Parts: sequence; structure tokens; C-alpha cells
Amino acid sequence: MMNLSAVAAMTLLGLSLGLLLGYAARFFKVETNPIVEEIELLLPGTQCGQCGYPGCAAAAVAIANGDAPVTACPPGGRDLAKELAAKLNLVIDLSGVVEKAPTLARVNEQLCIGCARCPKVCPTDAIIGASKQLHAVIRDACTGCGQCVAICPTESLQLYPIETTLRTWQWPKPLIAH
Amino acid sequence: MNIAMLPTVSGPHTHSTASVSSIMGNVILALLPATAFGVYLFGWPAFNLLIITLLTSVVGEAICLRIMHKPIWPFLGDGSAVVTGWLVALTLPPWAPWWIAVIGGLFAIVIGKQLFGGIGQNPFNPAMLARVMLLIAFPLEMTIWVNPHPLFSPNSPTFIEGLYITFWGVENIEAISSASLLGHLKTQLILGHTVPEILAASNYSPLDSLIGFTNGSFVETSGLLLLLGGLYLLARKIITWHIPFSMLATVILLATIFNEYNPDRYVNALFHVLNGGALLAAFFIATDLVTSPATSLGKIIFGIGCGAIEYIIRTWGSFPEGVGFAVLLMNALTPLIDHYLRPRIYGRTWSGQPLEDEK
Amino acid sequence: MKLFRFHGGVHPNDHKRLTASKPISLLPIPQRLYLPLQQHIGAPAEPVVNIGETVLKGQLLAHSQGHISAPVHAPTSGTILDIGPLTAPHPSGLPIRTVTLESDGTDQWTPALEEAIRDPLILDPEEISNRVGTAGIVGMGGATFPSAVKLKLSLKRKIHTLIINGGECEPYLTCDDRLMQERPAQIADGIRIILHAVQAERAIIAIENNKPAAIVAMKATCAHLADTQVIVVPAQYPMGSEKHLIQTLLGQEVPAGGLGADIGVLVHNVGTAYAVHRTIRYHIPLISRIVTVSGDAIRNPQNVEVPIGTPLSDVIQHCGGFKTTPARLLMGGPMMGNMINNLNIPVVKGTSGIVALTSQALTQQLPKPCIRCGRCVDSCPCGLVPLEMAAHIRKDNLEKAAELGLVDCVACGCCSYSCPAHIPLVQYFNYAKGALFNRQQTKHRSEETRKLIEQRKSRLAKEEEAKKLAALKRKAEKDAQKKSLKSQADEEVTS
Repeated sequence: MMNLSAVAAMTLLGLSLGLLLGYAARFFKVETNPIVEEIELLLPGTQCGQCGYPGCAAAAVAIANGDAPVTACPPGGRDLAKELAAKLNLVIDLSGVVEKAPTLARVNEQLCIGCARCPKVCPTDAIIGASKQLHAVIRDACTGCGQCVAICPTESLQLYPIETTLRTWQWPKPLIAH
Repeated sequence: MNIAMLPTVSGPHTHSTASVSSIMGNVILALLPATAFGVYLFGWPAFNLLIITLLTSVVGEAICLRIMHKPIWPFLGDGSAVVTGWLVALTLPPWAPWWIAVIGGLFAIVIGKQLFGGIGQNPFNPAMLARVMLLIAFPLEMTIWVNPHPLFSPNSPTFIEGLYITFWGVENIEAISSASLLGHLKTQLILGHTVPEILAASNYSPLDSLIGFTNGSFVETSGLLLLLGGLYLLARKIITWHIPFSMLATVILLATIFNEYNPDRYVNALFHVLNGGALLAAFFIATDLVTSPATSLGKIIFGIGCGAIEYIIRTWGSFPEGVGFAVLLMNALTPLIDHYLRPRIYGRTWSGQPLEDEK
Repeated sequence: MKLFRFHGGVHPNDHKRLTASKPISLLPIPQRLYLPLQQHIGAPAEPVVNIGETVLKGQLLAHSQGHISAPVHAPTSGTILDIGPLTAPHPSGLPIRTVTLESDGTDQWTPALEEAIRDPLILDPEEISNRVGTAGIVGMGGATFPSAVKLKLSLKRKIHTLIINGGECEPYLTCDDRLMQERPAQIADGIRIILHAVQAERAIIAIENNKPAAIVAMKATCAHLADTQVIVVPAQYPMGSEKHLIQTLLGQEVPAGGLGADIGVLVHNVGTAYAVHRTIRYHIPLISRIVTVSGDAIRNPQNVEVPIGTPLSDVIQHCGGFKTTPARLLMGGPMMGNMINNLNIPVVKGTSGIVALTSQALTQQLPKPCIRCGRCVDSCPCGLVPLEMAAHIRKDNLEKAAELGLVDCVACGCCSYSCPAHIPLVQYFNYAKGALFNRQQTKHRSEETRKLIEQRKSRLAKEEEAKKLAALKRKAEKDAQKKSLKSQADEEVTS
């Protein structure tokens, strides 16, 4: 009799726990997301090619497959790498990732010959200027991707770090000894 | 006229006089009277035990800091290792052998504190962790409560005898010991006696318990001096009233209710407060800054939890004394309490929504 | 009147005895004045003078730009030497566009400003706000928010109570204290004008109980005023914080993210009331202010009336220079003031104090690990949990800190002040606020970039489409031509 009740108790326990787990699995189910699309949304989208892949969509596929590291995108920097790692549930060591200071392209007016090549390659239409006219970069639209620098025949276009001004200055993180 | 170029730091550019070392120093100061009384009551062996525990804690801390490549002096200088060691010593039986003190001190510092990352990182009160570990691992040594042998009285051991007692033990220690009042009460209740009978038979007097002329661990005997130390900490604003008050109030409330219900079975509130480590825990252990909640409301909940668990273990558990377990259990709940009991933010409701405009 | 309490706060040693009993002295006009074009919250002012131009005292140098801005006036007569970037009175030490004015020593007023107004209370309330705006008056307590904007908003939102903030809870600072002791009638007049400008029913002058002389002076002055009341509040930092002063006096909290106007209250500093009086009665724009020069490194600590734009070194020299080399020089008080590394930067509209401290007065130690004592929680007047927020920020988990209420932090410094482990909590919060702001900017930028890219893509696609269409059209035309040629040829053959 004793044995029987023990068996019955354990069976009941197992059944109820099993039911509970099954229900929990259904209740807490996480929808698997189309990860490639999500990664592409996180990427800057400038198609600058600095990662070595033809455009952000290809890079997103490579990152999702694990062919490219989450640190592959130089313009995205540390913050993007962190977000990607969180998305892919990866633990990464970011100490090696050097934060590239954000840059903007600027036209050296002495050197510009008005060849009109740069407006064609700019992914954000940030360069204005017709043929034989001096070109100019619209600061607010430039992403510092460097495509124009590569194509400029006179090295008139260069990337310059964005200067900190009173408006953009922020307190640094405190240095801690311990 | 010139000034030095310095890296820019944010304000405030002035500071209260509070520091970690001043907090720890005040705790030690508050423990001194009760400790001195303990040494007086139990003689040189108790003193030896205190010194051994302090030394092992401090040395243990230094070694750990060294291994972890942390600066040794700033951390040793904050006095937290001394406080931990001190508290461990105070909860030991006063004539316990030297190795109990060594294991206790090392366990508290190495396992209880440094393994979690050092000061501020430990989830459990290191001193209570060590005490509970010792109680479970060495139940015999940890429950020999020697009768008082006041210094300078004829039966008090001399300094040399004290060393002998600490390092080689004493023959037939049971003859000069007895169970603690709580333990005695528990065993006699199981044997079917009533509370008034037991207390009468063991010559219990609340006054003795208050002043401390009973057997027990190092300092838990003198309720009065512990209370004094606790009040000092309150006055110096090292601790707040929340935990001691809510913890003692809970014990008193529960004890009174059950005592009213059945005085033969349940001992009264005064007995609960004055015996065992109730006062020591309420003022010095449960209030440990690191392992108790940070908010006022959280502290009150924490205190109530400590008091209730302590009473439950003492009354219905198999251990005569439950303070250590109570504090550790509530320590485990501290992160949860801190998570759920945040203060209300100015201009917001409790749920974090902005307050409604008047108009 | 029944007072209420706010949670937390600290009681630092106020050190006000150094300067509270000494009369305000007048600084002689310095040789050169440096006037940053942004001394207020909002858009920088735009210069209306040129280099080499001579200007008179009170003349407009730069006009305000946009809704939230303030103009800058010449504090004395002289020549404009330069308009260009100079080190700003700001912890970053970065440059700011600054007008350099060389004094001609005559201190001659511009003639346009001589007519005085007999009775400002017959002016339209709107007109008072406008005049306050053109005088360049900003919050004199240190917030430097343009006062006219506040007045106009308050008129629109129906204010029942005007609170005049004489709390001055920052240690060392006594400029408001001295102003109330020496010029109570002018302050009371300024209050009457502001009451009229916002059409409020009553004014409360709140003064901390550590300023007995100021309380006596203001009470005597306001005794005959039915709608103005002097209320003594306990000395408790941060009593001078607008939100906490409102809570102390009225028992009401300003809703998160809102203004005092949301609950019908307007708060102005006593210094602002004084500046309003000077502007409305005598047409004097904001060209000078009272500055407390104090601290244990200053030889003769005192309050000084200083022309805006005076370099700190001139002011300190006037106070006998340094007794010893200060370990830290502050603009403002020690709780919320900023550290300054340069003696050439000027006094600006928001400079309430210059405090030079030795290392003894700083009482700072190297930070240690948090021991979770909860003193920061007990002292936070905003009901936050600073230790948890800082722990998250330390691990760069900024979102979590934001969830815990980072936006509600007023950076009063009570937590850092009381922390026994000397953790720079305020700097953690300042850092996190800045980093979160930057992150938001970046996000916004990348969204804009994405839009630009999409636009470009669709533009390119359209161009492609157009090209194809054009090619097809050309082909069709060619075919048609060919066909017609062929049919012609056929016709010729057949004929």
C-alpha cells in the first residue's frame, strides 16, 4: 500500500510538473525573428563598404551567419558592436575595438576642380555641385563614410574629425581606481 | 597670481566628514563596552579568541587583496576586516579552541567577503556566514557555553592558563559549562515541562540577562551594553532606527501574542529580547550596510523578516538560536527588496508616471 | 504659514560668516571686459557692433536670436577690440564667441536710456516682459534662463503665487543675503513689478533661517504690503532648488518633466527681482551683478558688485588676492558650482560666486567601492536610488539608469556630498545624461541618413526608369522611321 501511494504521488508530481513546463514553454515562447533584417536595420545603411562587403545588406547576412564579427562595421563603432552582440547573444571583448572619432568630409576649395564625380558616389546626396563648379558638403547629411575621398582625383575631399564645441561637449565618465 | 591646471571634475566640491573608515571606527567603538564586559566575564581565553580572530581576518584580507592585485593599505585601512573579525569573535563561545577562531575569521573574510569581490560586493553578512558555518560543521565546540569566570575572581584562569585553555583546551569543560538559556528552554520544553517551571528551575532573572551575568557567547550576554552601543550608533547616524526597531518590535509582538495565548508553552517577550543574540543582531549584524536594503521602507521589511524568522526558528525550529539564519535568509532577499521597494520619485506617482497637473 | 518638508537634503557647513556681515563693495571699471555672446540658456546672441566701433555704457552689443535667448549690453563705454572665440566660463574650457571691450575710463551712459518710468504698474503686463527681455535679464540664481520667457509663459498659464527665492542654500554664497540686507526696497519694488507682469495674487519671499539680518530687513520693507509675505524656511540644502522650495512652501510637487507654472507657481530669484526693478524704473540693462568672492584661499572675502565681463583675476585682486594657492577655484558655490582652471575668464550673468578653496576645505578623498550604506538614498531630495544608478552607469548600462529616473536628477550633489566612499555620483549622472543625449542624436542622425539613402535610391531608380523609357521611345521612333523609309522604298519599287 505504502509503495503504491508513493508511486502514485511521484507520478502525479511528474505529470503536474510536466504540464507546468509544457505550459510555460508555450506561454513564454519567444518568437524567432528574421535576424538578418534586424541586423540590417541596426547598421548605418550608408553602403560604404568599409567592412569589405558590398553594402550593408550583404554585411548583415555575413554577421548573422557568423562570417563577419560584430565589430566589422567601422562607422558603427563600439556602440553598434555592443548592440549587435546583444542581438546575437554573443559575449565580446570590446577592449580591442578602437572607437573611431566621428568624421565629416570637407572640400578644400583650393584643390577642387569641379569634376562632379563625388556627388555621384555620395550615398546620402550630401555633396552638391555641378560640373566645373566648386563642390560643397552639407554637414548635416554627411555620414563620414569616405566614398567621396576615395574617388576625388585631387585629394580635395578629406575627412576631418568633428570638433567638440560647447554645445556638444559632455562630461567624461569618472576615472575609478578600484 | 596663478592656479594649478587640474583635470575637470564635477561637483560637489565639498564633502561631509563621513568616510568608510569613520563608519567602521564608530562600529568598533560601539562594540567596545560589550566586548570589554565579555572579556571581564570570561577572562583571558575570551581575550585570546578576540585577538586570534582579528589577526586572521586582517591577514586573510591582506592576502586576498595581494592575490587580486588590489592596493592593500587603502582597503585594510577602511577597517571593515577588523569589524568583520570582531563580530565573528563576539559570536563564538568564549572558551572555544584557537582553530575555531582561525577558521571563523578566514571563512568570513575569504569566502564570505573577498570571493564575492571584496567590500561592498558580498551578498551575505560575512560574520554571520562564518558563525552559521561553524555551528553546522562543529556543533560540539560551538555549543559549549562556559559559566562566567570573571577576571580577578578566584576561579578565573590566569593569563598563562588562558593561553593553555585557548591552545590546548581544558579538561572536562562540560563540568564548568551549561546549556545556554535558550537551549535549556528548548530541551526542557521537549521533555514536557512548562515555561514557568523551567525558568524557575534555572534561576532565571531578567536583570541578570540584562546586565549579562549569564553564560552565552562572548558578548551576547550583556543586553544593556549592547543596547548602549546600538544607541551610540543611532546617535552618530551610522545606522538608522528602521532595522533594529522593526526587528525587535516583531520579536516582541510575536512573543507577546503567543505568550498571551499559552504562557506554559511560549516564553515572554522580555526573555526573547534579552537572551541569545537578539540585541547584537538587531543593532550590529542585521544593520550591516552592505547586506541590508538601502531604502527606509526596505529596511523596515528587512527588520520584520529578521525578527519573524528569528522567532520562528527559536520557537519551532530545531536550533535553539535562530538569529544567524534569520539574518542570512533576509540577506538573500535584500536585492529583491531593493528592487521592489524604491522610494517615490519627486513629481511622480509610485508607479513612475508624472503627477497630474492641478489644472 | 504652515511649512512642509521635502525628503532628503543635507546640511553642509555654510561658511557664510566669511562674507555675510561685510557690505557690498564696488569694483572699479576694469581695463578690458570680455562679454561671451551666450551667458544664458538658449541660442547665442548675434553681435550688432563691429570691431573698432566705440560704444557707450548700456548700449546693445548683441541682440537675442530666436524665442529663448538674451541680448548682451556694454557694461561701460569704450571700444570694441575683438569679436572672436575665447575660453568660456564652462568646465570644458572650450572657447565661446566673445566681444572684447576696452574701457575708455569715462563710463559714459548712452543717452537713449535716460527717461524714467513714474509708475510701471500702468504699463501693459506684456510690455513689462518685453522690456525685461530687451534688458537681457536672466535667472540670477545661476540657472540663467531668460526671465522674459518665464514671465510671458506665466502670464499665459495663470499664476496664483509668485515665490521670490532668497533661499541661497549654497555654502559660502551670500550675494542674495547682502542684496536683501542692503537694498530691500528695490527688491520689493521689483517684486511688485513682477506681480503685475504675471497678474499673480500674492508673493512669498522665502529666506533660509541662517540669514537673520536679511529676514529683518525684508520683513520691515514688506510690512505694509498686503500681498507680499516674508516666510522663513529651514536652512537645508537644496532649499534654493525651485522644485523643493515650492514643495516646502505649498506642499505641492511640480509634476515630472513640468514647470512650476503647471501648478500655478512662478519662482524668481531675489537678484532677478532687483534687476527687474532697475530695468523697469531706470532702464538699466543687466550689465552688472553682485558676486560673492569667498573661500579659505581668498585674503579679504566679500561681496562685490562687478560689471559683467570682468576677468576673474581683477575681481580676486580687488579682494586682496589669494592667501595661499587654492587647490580648486570654483564659479558658483561648492555644491553645484563648476571648477575653473583659468583666471582670465569673465564674470557672466550667472556668476553668483567665485570660491577659492584649499585642499583642507575640499575634504575630498579617493573614491572607494560602494558599501551600500544608503546615505545617498536618504539624502536624495528627488527620491532616487543613486547607488544603483551609478552602478549601472559604471557598467555602461545607461538605459537601466534612465529607467531608474536619471531624468529626474537635478544634480544637486547631495548624494556625492554624503557618500562615505567618496564616489563621484554626480559626475556619473552628468556623464550618463550626456552620453544618452549623444546616443539619441546619433540615432536620430542615422534615421535621417536612412531616409536620405532611400530618397537617393528612389531618385536613381526613377532616373533609370526615365532612361529606359527614353531609350524605348528612341527605339520606337527609329523603328517607325525605318518602317516609313522601308514603306517609301517599297512604294518606290512598286511604282
